[in-house]
Amino acid sequence: MSAAAGTEARSPRRAGAGRRFTSIAIPFLLAVVVVTAIVALTVGAAGIPLSRLPAALGFTGNTTADAMTARDQLVLWSIRIPRIAATAMVGGLLAAAGAIMQGLFRNPLADPALVGVSSGGALAAASAIVFTDSQLGETLRFLQAELLPLAAFAGSLATTALLYGISSRAGRTSIAIFLLAGVAITAITNAGIGLLVFIADDRQLRDITFWLLGSMSGATWTKAAVLAPILIVGLGACAYIARGLDLLVLGEADAFHGGVDVERLKRISIVMVSAMTGVAVSISGVIGFVGIVVPHLLRLVIGPAHRLLLPASVLSGAILMVGADTLARTIVAPAEMPIGILTAAVGAPVFLGILLRQRGLGSL
Amino acid sequence: MSAVIEARRLSKRAGRATLLDGVGLTVGAGEMVAIIGPNGAGKSTLLRLLSGDLRPSEGEVRLKQRDIKSYAPRELAARRAMLSQHINVTFPFTVEEIVLMGAGERNARDAGALVDAALDEVGLAHFRERQLPTLSGGEQQRTHFARVLVQLACGEAEHGPGLLLLDEPTSSLDLRHQIDLVEAARRRAANGTAVIAILHDLNLAIRFADRLIVLNGGKLAADGPRADIVTREIIRDIFEIDAVVHQADDGVPFVLPQSMRAAPPATRL
Repeated sequence: MSAAAGTEARSPRRAGAGRRFTSIAIPFLLAVVVVTAIVALTVGAAGIPLSRLPAALGFTGNTTADAMTARDQLVLWSIRIPRIAATAMVGGLLAAAGAIMQGLFRNPLADPALVGVSSGGALAAASAIVFTDSQLGETLRFLQAELLPLAAFAGSLATTALLYGISSRAGRTSIAIFLLAGVAITAITNAGIGLLVFIADDRQLRDITFWLLGSMSGATWTKAAVLAPILIVGLGACAYIARGLDLLVLGEADAFHGGVDVERLKRISIVMVSAMTGVAVSISGVIGFVGIVVPHLLRLVIGPAHRLLLPASVLSGAILMVGADTLARTIVAPAEMPIGILTAAVGAPVFLGILLRQRGLGSL
Repeated sequence: MSAVIEARRLSKRAGRATLLDGVGLTVGAGEMVAIIGPNGAGKSTLLRLLSGDLRPSEGEVRLKQRDIKSYAPRELAARRAMLSQHINVTFPFTVEEIVLMGAGERNARDAGALVDAALDEVGLAHFRERQLPTLSGGEQQRTHFARVLVQLACGEAEHGPGLLLLDEPTSSLDLRHQIDLVEAARRRAANGTAVIAILHDLNLAIRFADRLIVLNGGKLAADGPRADIVTREIIRDIFEIDAVVHQADDGVPFVLPQSMRAAPPATRL
């Protein structure tokens, strides 16, 4: 029909045509998650060779447990497995939160860290560190380990609620105001963190710094148990909002014309992003760029459709974080490097790459 | 002929500005209406009110005998499809994925044939796997038109003749694709769809629609068959230009701005 036709052959393939890896993406990523987890189980300050792994996990019927197996079991079940589980879930939550927020802003550079949700959590956590040490909070000091994640969670939620209050009027949410308010709130929270760093003593300073750089070293079964329900609810919400986020790429008005309840979509997305980010930050500290890098790389391979992008982001975020954490606890063993340094080292160049690409397309 | 969409005394104010002032209209099944008028006349505002995207300050819009406010977004999408003017897709969706978005969640699987037909109709079947942001403005506009056609077809399969709203659908298209698009819309009207389009090209509007609605300064200036509307006087009043109005061989009028009078009289469509 078209005179301009003829340069490209018509393909008989159907939906998702032009994308090569859509059908195998989830099984493939699941397999990589398993392989990464096995590698992460075997390496560390106390190495557990692959040959001893089945016995240590209790998969063999061998009841005559020797001392070595007993040590392996202790390391695995009380330290390494809860840590890997928590790390994988934190990575999945951060990546999915990034992907949802990018869909919401129709911009591949949007990220919870960008609008102050992460730094709101960081400010609350830094406050907890400094004030539980003061005379006022002396009695609470023994609770510090438990108080920290709670404070970060509360800070993230409060930041999001404040953002939503500023940017939403008469049931409509302005994405531009949301983003700009986020920039302002990030500046305010960073000023607050700076002030806390200024008044903190040396020991507190080390605590704050370590936490601000992010680390999975405090992961326990309890923390993994906090993450799991948020991840499950998040995956359910992802399936529910996937088509709406696809149509939102046309703009709010045209998503509405296509049958999307845009206001409800935005409310669900904002609540999900803050819950997922808040819980993740409360366990791991501030870990940047996972939410930007993972969805961006996935879009290049499997395309931008959210029905696949969101679950694939969860799995890929888990792979990236478990890999980075394994590296963080081995390269300077027996000490640990803060994982946030590693993710930023990988993530910042990717971020700049997206920026240059966008500049080329003229869409920024 | 039953009314598909009916607007009563529609007014829209934003701050102290009145964008639309007491506009009423009724468009029935199978009717093709073009909205014309100068910039800032309120054409896009009227279309957004008719689409249910914008709420009127006064008056009401009834779609298929029901207050448009009473429809949930999904119900509305099954009864009216709208093509907006400026759509900027930032993520690398393919042409096919964009067109499939018109199909809605429930029937996405069975929509393959509709997507194929719509892509053929806009002449983009060979571009189905191309990423939308890499296409030209006109090709993107045709992609979105195909998406809207799929949405309309899916809705009409369930609920009968619907409403198709087009906001300057030809603004980025070359002459040939303008005609293609207009004819595609005419075919929908022939099947019972009520079609309302904003058009800036007067001759295309005359050729395209049996009925013209003229907006000026937020008010309904004229509404009627094209022969009644397209007069030298109305064009001078509304657009503030002097133009001659001739008739083509088939009796359809066409407009020639006075300053272009030197052009050969064969300039008919």
